[in-house]
Amino acid sequence: MSDLTRLSAAELASLVAKREVSAVEVATAHLDRIDAVDERVHAFLHVDREGALAAAAAVDRGEITGPLAGVPIAVKDVVTTKGVPTTAASKILEGWKPPYDATIVERLKAAGMPILGKTNMDEFAMGSSTEYSAYGPTNNPWDLGRIPGGSGGGSAAALAAYEAPLAIGTDTGGSIRQPGAVTGTVGAKPTYGGTSRYGLIAFSSSLDTPGPCGRTVEDTALLHAVIAGHDPRDSTSIPQPVPDVVAAARLGATGDLTGVKLGLVKEFAGDGSEPGVVAAFRESLEALVKLGAEVVEVSCPNFQYALPAYYLIAPSECSSNLARFDGVRYGLRSGDDGSRSLEEVMSLTRDEGFGPEVKRRIILGTYALSSGYYDAYYGQAQKVRTLITRDFQAAFEQVDVLVSPTTPFVAFPFGSRTGDPYQMYLADLFTIPTNLYGGPAISVPCGLSEGLPVGFQIMAPTMADDRMYRVAAALESAVGTFTPPAL
Amino acid sequence: MAAISREEVAHLARLSRLAVTEEELDQFAGQLDVILQSVARVGEVAAEDIPPTSHSVPLTNVYREDVPTPSLAQEAALSGAPDAYEGRFRVPRILDEED
Repeated sequence: MSDLTRLSAAELASLVAKREVSAVEVATAHLDRIDAVDERVHAFLHVDREGALAAAAAVDRGEITGPLAGVPIAVKDVVTTKGVPTTAASKILEGWKPPYDATIVERLKAAGMPILGKTNMDEFAMGSSTEYSAYGPTNNPWDLGRIPGGSGGGSAAALAAYEAPLAIGTDTGGSIRQPGAVTGTVGAKPTYGGTSRYGLIAFSSSLDTPGPCGRTVEDTALLHAVIAGHDPRDSTSIPQPVPDVVAAARLGATGDLTGVKLGLVKEFAGDGSEPGVVAAFRESLEALVKLGAEVVEVSCPNFQYALPAYYLIAPSECSSNLARFDGVRYGLRSGDDGSRSLEEVMSLTRDEGFGPEVKRRIILGTYALSSGYYDAYYGQAQKVRTLITRDFQAAFEQVDVLVSPTTPFVAFPFGSRTGDPYQMYLADLFTIPTNLYGGPAISVPCGLSEGLPVGFQIMAPTMADDRMYRVAAALESAVGTFTPPAL
Repeated sequence: MAAISREEVAHLARLSRLAVTEEELDQFAGQLDVILQSVARVGEVAAEDIPPTSHSVPLTNVYREDVPTPSLAQEAALSGAPDAYEGRFRVPRILDEED
């Protein structure tokens, strides 16, 4: 038998369905791979060998069938898993075992997908490098001295290191797509409301979107179809059918984009992207034109205000959401020696339990929501959000999708941006507008720059997730997939 | 001129229930000043008559059916508590003794 960890999710599902390989063998191969390489990669915060093998055995007994039955998966540690530690990479939740499953985890289990474990991330999904994890960073399989992106660096690195064929991420400002870009993997942010937030530890509720990560576009679409769809437990869940993303990916893989209009955002040009990133993006654009696509320049004048608006809206929502970590209901409690008041214990708990980036954002959000500053900051940012949405709507009257590099730079060395938080924020320059608008977007590998992967981003209108999969699969058929050096 | 002072950051930390150290205050004050000067660019946009967007899904007043459904058992709800007592969350004192 060839190495099972090198196969795609679609191939694994087919082998398991035909009973040529057992689901237990598939899960074991990935668990063994984790044992062999994760000391160097550190993609996982917790590995659930027992749970994964039990779920695989249920598939082998014929209890569950389906398009991904028997395909194991890694889940970002911000998503609750019943009885399995969930920390959001924060000290404040160290050792916490949730009493319930997130809706998307219920759907993975119902689909017969064994959960290998929980992946590393920036604390509470705030960051672009995993350097803000309380448990140490994840190392990029392409170069262990470089960041794997963030916040979902663990999920992306697990794919690139062949520790898992599929993974779950969450995307608030680019946390699925930017890690995908810098690890040479695929990451999709569905339409906001297309995937349930129930059981997702909240960072910024109006932006947080769980989504699929894979090594191929088809695999990513297959996982998208498993987790997406209306959930009555999430009041912002959209009660409409999910677009057929799997059919769209298969259509795109035929390599025909005749009549598809790609919008190039004028305002993104010359925005500090590395030359190697621009070159790979341009070559990919030419490849898409050869497949029949047409490139149209569009103007989105308010995109330049997306990053400032995001860094008011997201911290504001975070300062409110993270108030729940008070040392009373779950997690850490510090300084409760009988002499201190509840308020003192709460303040000591939060100072000890939260890392620097989380504290910065809580303070920033508290400021933006203060009376006297609210109108100038949070209120104004919400108005800018309306204008950015209008820019998208106007652009989609002219073109089918918008395209850009996913992130301005390839994986950077550890420590090169932590000293200046705003330099870290720039990693999300091209991904943030979509989050403010609420539409879907995908990052697909499109080339290498100095030996490191570059991502190509495709943005689509809300509830037109299928469009981005079609273009992504077409690009993949033209440029191929990218394999990191052996670990 | 600084957009935010060290004293303001200390006040915001108190409001946020963060017992930050002096070193953290020194560090955060400078960093938050840089961040605030950057995000203040939203003020350049003429948006007086523009309605705000709080989230992108055009749904309001989403209710569930008014029928009882199973919820977490008390034991499960208390399972992650740092301190529980007789089926309740136990907290440090919230009133001074003379109150």
